[in-house]
Amino acid sequence: MRCDSCHERDAVVHLTQVAADQLTQVHLCEKCAAEKGIEPEAAGPKHPLGGFVAQLSTPGSMGEGTESLRCPRCGAGLADFRDVGRLGCDECWQVFAGPLTDIVRRLQGATRHLGEGYAAPGAEALPRRDEAAAERLREQLRDAVAAEDFERAARLRDELRARP
Amino acid sequence: MDLSLLADGGLGWLDASGPQEHLVLSTRVRLARNLTGRLFSTRNSPAEREAILADVRTAAAGTVSLKDPFLFRVDHLERADRQLLHERHLVSKELAGLEPGGRVRAGAACLWQEGVGVMVNEEDHLRLQVLRSGFDLEAAYAQLDRVDGELGQRLPFAFHSDFGYLTSCPTNVGTGLRASVLIHLPGLVLTKEIGRVLQGLGQVGLTFRGLYGEGSEVVGNFFQLSNQTTLGQSERDLLLHLGSMVREVITHEEQAREVLLREAPAIIEDKVWRAYGLLRYARTLSFEETMNLLSGVRLGVGAGLVGGVGMYTLNKLLIHTQPAHLAAAEGIPVDDPALAVRRARYVRHLLDEDAARRGGTSAGDHR
Repeated sequence: MRCDSCHERDAVVHLTQVAADQLTQVHLCEKCAAEKGIEPEAAGPKHPLGGFVAQLSTPGSMGEGTESLRCPRCGAGLADFRDVGRLGCDECWQVFAGPLTDIVRRLQGATRHLGEGYAAPGAEALPRRDEAAAERLREQLRDAVAAEDFERAARLRDELRARP
Repeated sequence: MDLSLLADGGLGWLDASGPQEHLVLSTRVRLARNLTGRLFSTRNSPAEREAILADVRTAAAGTVSLKDPFLFRVDHLERADRQLLHERHLVSKELAGLEPGGRVRAGAACLWQEGVGVMVNEEDHLRLQVLRSGFDLEAAYAQLDRVDGELGQRLPFAFHSDFGYLTSCPTNVGTGLRASVLIHLPGLVLTKEIGRVLQGLGQVGLTFRGLYGEGSEVVGNFFQLSNQTTLGQSERDLLLHLGSMVREVITHEEQAREVLLREAPAIIEDKVWRAYGLLRYARTLSFEETMNLLSGVRLGVGAGLVGGVGMYTLNKLLIHTQPAHLAAAEGIPVDDPALAVRRARYVRHLLDEDAARRGGTSAGDHR
């Protein structure tokens, strides 16, 4: 595919834009894209999180002490995650649970799995928490805090803590 | 590589037999799963990926849904064959190593059996997927849930009580579920309503992609609509939400087509017949032009304007005029300049056959 601008070089940057209620597609070569100030990075980030992780997790922004933290199993640190946008292993989800909760909240608008439960082969099936009920409680708790009804909030918090 | 070894050639999802087939080409649902205790794909070694593939094959052999799958060792295939699998929507661009500067990962493989498959050593250890014809989220998920259950009893999936199924990228964590519907929206594109509709989808947590999913361009007015988030809602709720939004998009598309046919019938008819005429008589066709012309004809067939061609033929053309498919069928390299000529010949041949079978296209000729 040729570049829409110079019609000479091959297009390497493909942009689908929604602007003014119109869907337009622009195909540009690297040079023309650069001239128009479109970074290949912005057009098609190296990984799906693109600049998101980089922005979000600049050193220090994830709380003290997390920068030097490394996953004991795979050896990955937060810097590796920033570079590739991928975690090293399932253990990373435990080790970096704090910063990841933050990232997940912003990406997904939620931090808790409400879907199907799972028990690994051979493992005793975990008592299934009634997640929907817990989520209702959390919502009530947020409402109570927002309404500054702290007595009710404390009660709801205790109720949530007492859950299995 | 001979895809005819697959019972349905891996093309069952294309047979235009599913619900809403005139608008929705296919429904795809996938689940991302990883094995606990093993490093994720960006950090593991070829030996570990081999071990993962061996585990998955052993586990699959004990299931009903994937008992006797066809195995594609994607990492042992030439680029043209990998592209072929990708064009057939059986493997992702990433697994096929077709991304710019991308390489196929050692151990990359795909198991496939009658509309159900699992990509192994993709970004996640397992990507289970189901492809079905038409708009059929519920049946697709039911089929996938069965495979997931069967494999999950035999393989230790990485699961966390708060985060759910753990994935390599936080955009997939939780359910690991991405459902997408491949839908043809020429009416909304022609009435210039598409931007507003897509923006609206963004506001309700859905996203759109092109014909080949992530990172692909919109061609031939085909859009893949899918859920953006995977966490914080149950699988059922994610699917219900996507389903109801797709139904709304379908209603908008149908309204747009009504408006077009009411307000500008001559223009639409002309567009449709020009597209058909070009496909029927052109001597060279690029893939992109073919897609765009097929979109016009598809619109005409949906509106009952063109009688001499069936949806199944249009779907077949959609798949078999893709570069790797055509090159394989013609026995020439994918980058051979003769491909455009061969494509035009193939399109003429299929349309002629269909027209002969259906008694010609005269309905449009003397109206």
